[in-house]
Amino acid sequence: MDQIIREKIKLVKKGDQSAYEDVVSFFQNKIYQHCFRMLGNAHEAEDIAQEAFIRAYVNIHSFDDKRKFSTWLYRIATNLTIDRIRKRKPDYYLDAEVKGTDGLDMYSQLASKDRLPGEEVESIELQRYIHQEISGLPPKYRSIIMLRYLEEFSLQEISDILDIPLGTVKTRIHRGREALRKRLRHV
Amino acid sequence: MNCNKEAVELMHKYLDGDLSKPEETELRVHLEDCEACQTHFHELKRTITLIHSAEQISAPKNFTENVMQQLPAEKKRMRYSRWFKAHPILTAAAIFFVFMISGVFSAWNQDSELVVSKQEDLIIQGDTVIVPEGVTVEGDLLVKNGNLIVNGTVDGNVTLINGKLLEESIESEGLMASVGEVNGELKMVDQVFEWIWYKTKDLFKGIFAF
Repeated sequence: MDQIIREKIKLVKKGDQSAYEDVVSFFQNKIYQHCFRMLGNAHEAEDIAQEAFIRAYVNIHSFDDKRKFSTWLYRIATNLTIDRIRKRKPDYYLDAEVKGTDGLDMYSQLASKDRLPGEEVESIELQRYIHQEISGLPPKYRSIIMLRYLEEFSLQEISDILDIPLGTVKTRIHRGREALRKRLRHV
Repeated sequence: MNCNKEAVELMHKYLDGDLSKPEETELRVHLEDCEACQTHFHELKRTITLIHSAEQISAPKNFTENVMQQLPAEKKRMRYSRWFKAHPILTAAAIFFVFMISGVFSAWNQDSELVVSKQEDLIIQGDTVIVPEGVTVEGDLLVKNGNLIVNGTVDGNVTLINGKLLEESIESEGLMASVGEVNGELKMVDQVFEWIWYKTKDLFKGIFAF
C-alpha cells in the first residue's frame, strides 16, 4: 500500500489532481477518526479533516518523497486540531461537557459489526466509554496515546509527526498510560 | 526496589520495548514478590488492550468528494493530457481530421489565384480576362478563377473553371457591336466548383464557431 501511495503522490506532484482522490479515500477514515478523537465533535472533525487534506494537497511540493506520507499527513492534521482546540472560545467547553447527549451523532459514526443485539449494545457502550476516557486526557497525552495505540505508529514516527524529541514522546506516553490506567481500572 | 518509581519506570520501558535483558530480569523478580506492582502492571497492559478496542469511526459519506471539490483547480494542460490519454482513438481521429482539413484548406487557398493559359494578346483586368476585339487567340484557352470576356475570336476550346463568361466589357458603354466568337467547345466547370466551395466554407464556419 505504501508503494501505491508513493506512486500516487508522485502523480499529484506532477499536477494530476485525480490521483489525489485515491489518496484521500485511502486515508479519509484514519484522518477523520484522528480528528474526531482529538476534537470530540463530528462537525469540527469533518471540517478539520477536510482542511488537512486540502493543505496537504496545496503544499504537496514541500513533502519530501523519502519520508512517509502518512506521517506528514498526520502531522498536518494534528497541528490543525491543536490549533482548533487552542482557538476554541471558552463557552465552547460548556457544549463539550454534555458530550453524552450527543449520543445519536456518535452512534451514526460507528462502524457496523454484526453481532447479537444485546452484545452489540454492551460492546458499543464499552467502546464509547473508552473513547470518552481517551478524549478526557489533555491533548498532548491524547494525541500520543492515539497515534501509538489506535493508529499504530512507532515512537520514532510519533516524534516526527509531533515534531518533539523522542524522550518527550516517551515521557508523555508514560504519563498518558498512567492516566488512562487510573480512568479505566474499574472497567 | 522502589515500587512507585523504579518498577513503574521499568514497566513503561517494557511496554515501549526499550527494556534490556538485565532490566527485564530485575522487573520479573520484583513482580514475583510484589502484588501491588503485579496489579499495576496488569492494569497497564489491560489499559492498552482496552484502548485498542475503542470504537472505530469512519469518515462521513462523500468525504472524499467534498475534499476533491474544494481543491484548487488544476492546470488545464493536465486535464487535457489526461483526457487524451484516456481516449487514444478519439485523439488520433482528431489529429487526422485537423491535418486533413488543413490540407484541403491550403489547397483551396492556392486554387483561388487567377490562372490563365499562356497566350499572347490577352488582357487581364483584375480577375477578368479579356480577348480584345480583332484579336484571334490560337489554341485552347483555359481560365481558372476568373471571368472571361470574348470580344475577339478564340480558335479552340474554352474552359472556364470557377468563373463566368461575360457578354459585355467591364466599361459597358452601351452594347458591343459584335460579340466575340469561340470556334470550339465552351466548357464551364463553374457550378460544381462553386458547390464544393460553399460546402467547404460552411464546414469551416461550423468548425470555427464550435
